[in-house]
Amino acid sequence: MMAVIIFVVSILTLLQFFVSYSRSLIAESRGHELSEQAREICGLTARTAAGHQFRRLSELIALCPESGGDGSTLLVVSAYFHLLSFLRRLSAWSIPSAAAWIESERGGCTYAAAVVLDRRIAYNRTIMAQQTSHLI
Amino acid sequence: MVGPVNYSIWLAVVLVELVSLVCLLWRRAFSQHFTLLLYLCSCLATDIGNFSILKTSGYDSNAYFYFYFYAESMLTICLYFVLMNLYSHVFSDMGVGKYIRAGAMLILAGTAGISYYMVATSASRFVTHFVVELGQNLYFVGVVLTYLLWGAMAKLRENRTRLMQLVLSMGVYVSLSAGSYALNNLYPNHGFWQYYFPITSMWLPASWAYTFLKVPEDARLATASVLVPNQ
Repeated sequence: MMAVIIFVVSILTLLQFFVSYSRSLIAESRGHELSEQAREICGLTARTAAGHQFRRLSELIALCPESGGDGSTLLVVSAYFHLLSFLRRLSAWSIPSAAAWIESERGGCTYAAAVVLDRRIAYNRTIMAQQTSHLI
Repeated sequence: MVGPVNYSIWLAVVLVELVSLVCLLWRRAFSQHFTLLLYLCSCLATDIGNFSILKTSGYDSNAYFYFYFYAESMLTICLYFVLMNLYSHVFSDMGVGKYIRAGAMLILAGTAGISYYMVATSASRFVTHFVVELGQNLYFVGVVLTYLLWGAMAKLRENRTRLMQLVLSMGVYVSLSAGSYALNNLYPNHGFWQYYFPITSMWLPASWAYTFLKVPEDARLATASVLVPNQ
């Protein structure tokens, strides 16, 4: 009985801590100003991003070599995005009013992914520039 | 017997812990967060011990079982020291560090005592049952303490990003571990656990490595942006 109670309470706190941790990563990425080129590639305007662009951005990120340490951010944000997508499907018939909040959260995940992509593009450009200067 | 999957997981765990240790030393955060360094070193020592016993005695041996769960209990106690360190950082301005340390020690002793009492009064009286019960209870008290700390941080409008991420990642880890131990207590004889526990143990060092590598010491984040939706 005790183990069941601990299991249920732990799952609830795990969800809360995980959501807060993911939100802290997203809030942190909001402080990053996207470059003009990254916005163009991602199809984003100002600081808003739509949830449906997340998958495309993830595919683009997979094409860029990692710039060091951002893979774990993407993993957590990706897990949060999938949790939100699951909740969206669930809330469609149970709590329709939650849809707007879930969509804005998914947008936050997309923005965080765009920041990762932007950093990777910048990193790859630097590497390319270094290689070109060595060749010349 | 030990297979290539066990080897790969063990290597991945050790690598993540080493990377986290290097990040902590590289950012010169060890003086501020000495307990994190202590925890990572204990993890590495435990991994080496675990692996040598696993290799000589095998996964199904009693030696491995005892070593694994007692070492886990020691690591959980180290985790309490990390938690105390986080508490003292959050309440540094109030000068209540002494009381926090005393309180945490009392809770730790109380949890061990209650776990022993629960097993001693049960019909089976297995020592092996005690270590699983102790692990489950220690992690659960960790969940409660981390939850209280996070609540206090929200109330005090703590805005240090690094501290916030350290506490939240700790919350994720202790909740995950408490839930897993509870499930292990309910369904103990499943081969899945030999892969599951080492994989989940990578979360804490990986998140610490990220925090120390990417989040500067002076970074600030409004607590409201983490708590309140759309702010």
